[in-house]
Amino acid sequence: MTLSISLTVNGERRDVPLEDPRATLLDVLRERIGLTGTKKGCDRGQCGACTVLVDGRRINSCLALAVSHDGAEVTTIEGLAQGDELHPVQAAFVECDGFQCGYCTPGQIMSAVGLIAEGGADDPEHIREGMSGNICRCAAYPGITAAVQDAQKRMAAEERKSA
Amino acid sequence: MPDTLNPTAGHVKLGSNSGQPMSRRDGIAKVTGAATYAADNRPDGLLYAVYAGAGIARGRVTSLNVGAAKAHPGVVEVMTPENRPPLALDPDEKHHFFAWRIEALQNDTVRYAGQPIAVVIAETLEAATEGARLLAPTYDEEPARIGFDGGEAYDPPTVGIGGNPTFEKGDAEAAEARSAKVVETKIATPMQYHNAMEPHAIVAQWDGDKLTIDTPNQAIVMARGGFAAYFGIPPENVTLRSPFLGGGFGSKAILVGPQLLCILAAKLTGRPVKLTLRRDQMYGPVQHRGATRQTVTLGTDGDNRLTMIKHHSVATTSSFDEFIEGAANASQNTYATPVLKSSHGAVRQDTGTPGPMRAPGEATGSAALEVAMDRMAEKAGMDPLEFRLLNYAETDPASGKEYSSKNLRECYAEGAKRFGWAGRPLAPGMMKDEHGRLKGWGMGTAMFPAPMFQAQARAVLKADGTAVLETAGADMGQGAWTALAQIAADGVGLPADKVEFLSGTSDQPDGGVAGGSGHTATAGSALFAAGSDAVAKLAEIAMKDPDSPVFGADNAGVEAREGRLVRLDDESRSDSYADILARAGLSEIEGNGTGARNPADAEARAMFSHGAVFAEVLIDPDLYQIRVSRLVGAFAAGRIINPKLAASQLNGGMIWGVGFALHEEGIHDPRTGRPVNGDLAGYHVPVNADVPCVETLLIDEEDHFVNALGVKGVGEMGISGTVGAIANAVWHATGKRVTSFPIHISALL
Repeated sequence: MTLSISLTVNGERRDVPLEDPRATLLDVLRERIGLTGTKKGCDRGQCGACTVLVDGRRINSCLALAVSHDGAEVTTIEGLAQGDELHPVQAAFVECDGFQCGYCTPGQIMSAVGLIAEGGADDPEHIREGMSGNICRCAAYPGITAAVQDAQKRMAAEERKSA
Repeated sequence: MPDTLNPTAGHVKLGSNSGQPMSRRDGIAKVTGAATYAADNRPDGLLYAVYAGAGIARGRVTSLNVGAAKAHPGVVEVMTPENRPPLALDPDEKHHFFAWRIEALQNDTVRYAGQPIAVVIAETLEAATEGARLLAPTYDEEPARIGFDGGEAYDPPTVGIGGNPTFEKGDAEAAEARSAKVVETKIATPMQYHNAMEPHAIVAQWDGDKLTIDTPNQAIVMARGGFAAYFGIPPENVTLRSPFLGGGFGSKAILVGPQLLCILAAKLTGRPVKLTLRRDQMYGPVQHRGATRQTVTLGTDGDNRLTMIKHHSVATTSSFDEFIEGAANASQNTYATPVLKSSHGAVRQDTGTPGPMRAPGEATGSAALEVAMDRMAEKAGMDPLEFRLLNYAETDPASGKEYSSKNLRECYAEGAKRFGWAGRPLAPGMMKDEHGRLKGWGMGTAMFPAPMFQAQARAVLKADGTAVLETAGADMGQGAWTALAQIAADGVGLPADKVEFLSGTSDQPDGGVAGGSGHTATAGSALFAAGSDAVAKLAEIAMKDPDSPVFGADNAGVEAREGRLVRLDDESRSDSYADILARAGLSEIEGNGTGARNPADAEARAMFSHGAVFAEVLIDPDLYQIRVSRLVGAFAAGRIINPKLAASQLNGGMIWGVGFALHEEGIHDPRTGRPVNGDLAGYHVPVNADVPCVETLLIDEEDHFVNALGVKGVGEMGISGTVGAIANAVWHATGKRVTSFPIHISALL
């Protein structure tokens, strides 16, 4: 049985011949499309390492069956930077040392982008709560919180400027 | 070689790279998804391996439905003890002090739940996963032995890695009888699992008798040798690539069974194979911290000075190998006492074998010691910090040696000031926050040895004025890509952006182990020495060259600065590396270096990093839910190469202390031996909302003995003071003393 789905990943249309309906969106991204920036930490929605944006919302891609997202727009960590210019959240993570080993980082950053879009990154307490679905075993949490706050402020300022 | 260029000849003044809070050099790769971890590799023709784990903790596998698995579409092969290719070494033997007995399908015996019993290899991960399920094993099961009362108790020959299980200075029983006050404290700590975010993963490919493996490893060159020995091939036939580790914490230093299984699967199928552990598979073959039951007995004289510390710890290990958490040894080096006794016992149980987990021994042992010290302070009617200062160790209590450096007094003072410790009520239950929550303040002393191991490095100065430095170091998040590059750049006298730093692959010089909080000191010393060696060779050429502006200066008469050799007696005269090489007709010049401790210094001094951790907890008066609302740690660890990264490490260590104190507990069902909470929903680790306010202060400390760089280590110390500080804060809030970790709400009711 071959199923075919079509995804728009980081702005690029991908027709994915899918030989197996059991494949998760995470495994399709990593093993079939070859976008390995998105990480698998637990494969059951407990750690957040696989967070991507689907139609603008942050989700755990390990809990999403690829076939149920036919036609979706997916943004992964590889799709955030504009060429060499980092997304403000990416730049803030480097500046604030919001990671150590870096394995949870793609998920943290995608989750932060989602949280800022939700309007939930307005103060440190909301950030900590809103980012608590993303485990960092190195425990870079002080840096993560600072980075999200920093990026939110920069993005809000940019928005005001362009408004 | 002249003295000034010899890095082992005393305290070396580092250039402008070390000490700078540079952002991570691997930062952009990590925030863009470009950093490649082991499981990100997808060689052509890749197959996926999934192993089936034993559903029992002890017994034999009696059947596997190999036919059903093989019949599943996409399944290529099933590997069992029947058809597993041979190994050159017996996995049941201990081949090396740093090698564990492991499971590689050598027979049908099951020694713990989750042990690999068969491997299914398929074209896709989905097919391999389903194939493993279809194996439907049956067993001949024996009762599992779990916990302290289950299995054989014995006196372990060693604790930790080759540590002494017993130590005695003076007569503890006599000292106890003479003491004015005696307090006995019992503390239990649970099994804990490392749970690095990156599950253990490996991609293996054979090319004839040459093997290439991508797998995260904390000791790359040693691991290469281990893999080579198992397959009976020379080490140079193995390439092990580990540029990034998604966390290690001790669990990725030692060769484990699933790695061998993947390599065997690649051999069996003749294709590259990837094997990634599922999260639930990380509660068995990849080590954990053994549980402990500890008793700390403190005695004091009429002036509240310690007369004795007696610490006994019993730890769990597996039925077939041992790694004993050396908890009792953690009491030997912190507080001044004329009499010391440490001893260990061990109990076998039907689990995987424990291993080193961040601050092995110190994390568990100091948790008990710091609670004991707090109880003695209470008995003395003294402030806990004042009591610790009264018993401050001016020399190492165990050896009597002077410390190589110890700025703990300043850590206490600065930490207390930042936290606002002054004015803390002595009695418990006196403070509340504005919401009526019980508030408590506690503190603990952080301490960790400052070891060095062995490492080598190579430096190449190039004709264009840049340099390449390399060592097979490991960055599991501590920042080796950055801090080691900073040291390397100082070694060759260049700005960091003119230095290419290569690391993380087994064909580089042996970078030693990233463990024991000794990697920066060891690999850093090797890199600095290699750089200095290259510069010294360059200087010798320049000195003899009449066309050089530094001609005739003695080697000791020049200094390497920003890519130039500068005459110290006339700084207007200098020569660039590029010009020196060009005139000599050389395209490059190579230096080599070794990092290891000077044995005389090691013998003469006691070497430790120190710190003081202050904790505030807020406890709901009805529900007794505990929140750590503030943590302040002040740490002195010699020269800090990168304060930004060191603070992150120490913050992370303290947050591990929060996990230890409040969350982490690996529970195995005593009836079946299976993990009850073997995933991240059941095994709790701190999340962002658990740690609202954590702050690290770095206290200056100059150390002329640890190594020429003056570098100690910061990787593990943060956890050691924090666990006790939180437990003591809980007492201060509630009046309830902690007797086991993690602190359950039920213990406070």
